[in-house]
Amino acid sequence: MLTDKLLMGILRAGALMAALVMLLILIFLIHESWPALSTLSIGRFMTDASWHPLEGAYNLMPMLSGTLLASAGALLLAVPLGLASAIFIVFYAPLHPAAIYKRLIELLSGIPSVVFGFWGLTTLVPLINQWHPPGASLLAGIGVLALMILPTVTLTAYTALAAVPDELLRNAAALGLSRWGMIKGVALPAAKTGIAAGIILAAARALGETMAVLMVAGNVVQYPETLFDPVRTLAANIALETAYAMGDHRAVLFVSGLLLMLLVMALSGVAGLLEKRRHA
Amino acid sequence: MREMKNIHTAQVLRERAVQFLIYVAVLLISAVFIWILADLARGGIAHLSWEFLTESPRDAGRAGGIASILVSTLLILLVALLTAVPVAWTSAILLVEFVPADSPFGKTVRFSLHVLAGVPSIVFGLFGNAFFCIYLGLGFSILSGGLTLACMLLPILTSTAEAGLRAVPHAYRMSASALGMTHTAALVHLILPAAAPVLAAGLLLGIGRALAETAALLFTSGYVERMPDSLLDSGRALALHIFDLSMNVPGGDMPAYASALVLAGLLLCINITAMKFAHGLQRRKIMT
Repeated sequence: MLTDKLLMGILRAGALMAALVMLLILIFLIHESWPALSTLSIGRFMTDASWHPLEGAYNLMPMLSGTLLASAGALLLAVPLGLASAIFIVFYAPLHPAAIYKRLIELLSGIPSVVFGFWGLTTLVPLINQWHPPGASLLAGIGVLALMILPTVTLTAYTALAAVPDELLRNAAALGLSRWGMIKGVALPAAKTGIAAGIILAAARALGETMAVLMVAGNVVQYPETLFDPVRTLAANIALETAYAMGDHRAVLFVSGLLLMLLVMALSGVAGLLEKRRHA
Repeated sequence: MREMKNIHTAQVLRERAVQFLIYVAVLLISAVFIWILADLARGGIAHLSWEFLTESPRDAGRAGGIASILVSTLLILLVALLTAVPVAWTSAILLVEFVPADSPFGKTVRFSLHVLAGVPSIVFGLFGNAFFCIYLGLGFSILSGGLTLACMLLPILTSTAEAGLRAVPHAYRMSASALGMTHTAALVHLILPAAAPVLAAGLLLGIGRALAETAALLFTSGYVERMPDSLLDSGRALALHIFDLSMNVPGGDMPAYASALVLAGLLLCINITAMKFAHGLQRRKIMT
């Protein structure tokens, strides 16, 4: 019995530590960004003339727009492709190719972001450069990001589609629906909550992704006018400038980190709620 | 009659078109995946040799190998695992075996880990820099980097361990208490061994995650490429080495290719092994 008590103590301590890490991260982000939040007014992050931190101009909007545009573009590519992949695995592929293709997607999700970035830099960027210079651009960022979130979309959609009760599908078949009719009319509506949760999760991942975008998107602070203009995302900005930032500049970088985290937390919160509704 | 025939052909056409589009999408994705791997292999193999793995980098990495980088990577990984695994597995055991799923404590821990899983890696980097490097005074060091990674690994290690423990049949626990075994004995002799393959899979996935990480290490473990003397030395991880060679070192493409090939190969092996361990029922829960 004594060992049980001892074990319980150890386990509680471990779980408490795990729970405290999140709190610690929040506290330190707020603590570090406090100088900026208390002395600069929040409006300045939107109304300052530009991002010139050394001269005290802290406009985060061009980078926020870069982050949002790159993520939206990546979703636009990855969602149809990911859904098609999941539908292929569940409804179209013969047993064996389905397993192999799923394995391939799982492996794709394990490739590190820096390798995607490197591939983008050495292959994708020169290709785009031939088409429309300078190459390092919003488009390259979108392409690499789409590849990175594709597995998330595919695997969550697969899980949702595979969980659709067989009964429903058999009933649809008995009514004489064609294969696509069954998928569109029965399977997709039944799985839509799970699929939506997966897409939101993928969006959260795209917003927070740093290295791959940093390596291919060109990192010029500006509102892009075309797909071929270079952009800088919030995460890339943190990665580029934290090493030498001091004082207010450093605090503003922590503010952008906090902003990024809140965005991602809100998204994963929504995804979590959807998941819960699905299981309820 | 003819109208029905028309509807029928329209339907067949639509059916064909959808099937065609789906197959095109799948072929496209497979082709890009193979393209990436082939590109890495083609670029990397020429430069890859035994010397590349056993020599230290010279001339900012343009010449020489990656021996010191591999050692730093391994040390960072060890620090991260030695800190994260005990915390994560004890939390998982507590959550599954000792606390009811809807108790406030269990809910709080689970919620906090769920949020932690969503935090972008660059934010972990900022936190690690502020907390480990500056507040705790560890500086840019392997220790700071490893501890930052440990925070990142907590959610995945806990959730895989939880899934593994939950997959152990309830009858095991019933039989153990019927035999009068203590909770501890049941755990050590019965439940943990039964969950071991999934725990191993989770561990491997965690290792893969840690090896792939760059952004969290940028300003925690630092950039220094020489062989580390202690855990308080700065050490450059393999992923960071690829980033630095390709972005900051003109003419660093060849060694970058070779390093990327090493990293991608390592991760493919680790992930395939993890899948083997976690095949079957639990796999879906763990991989997504």
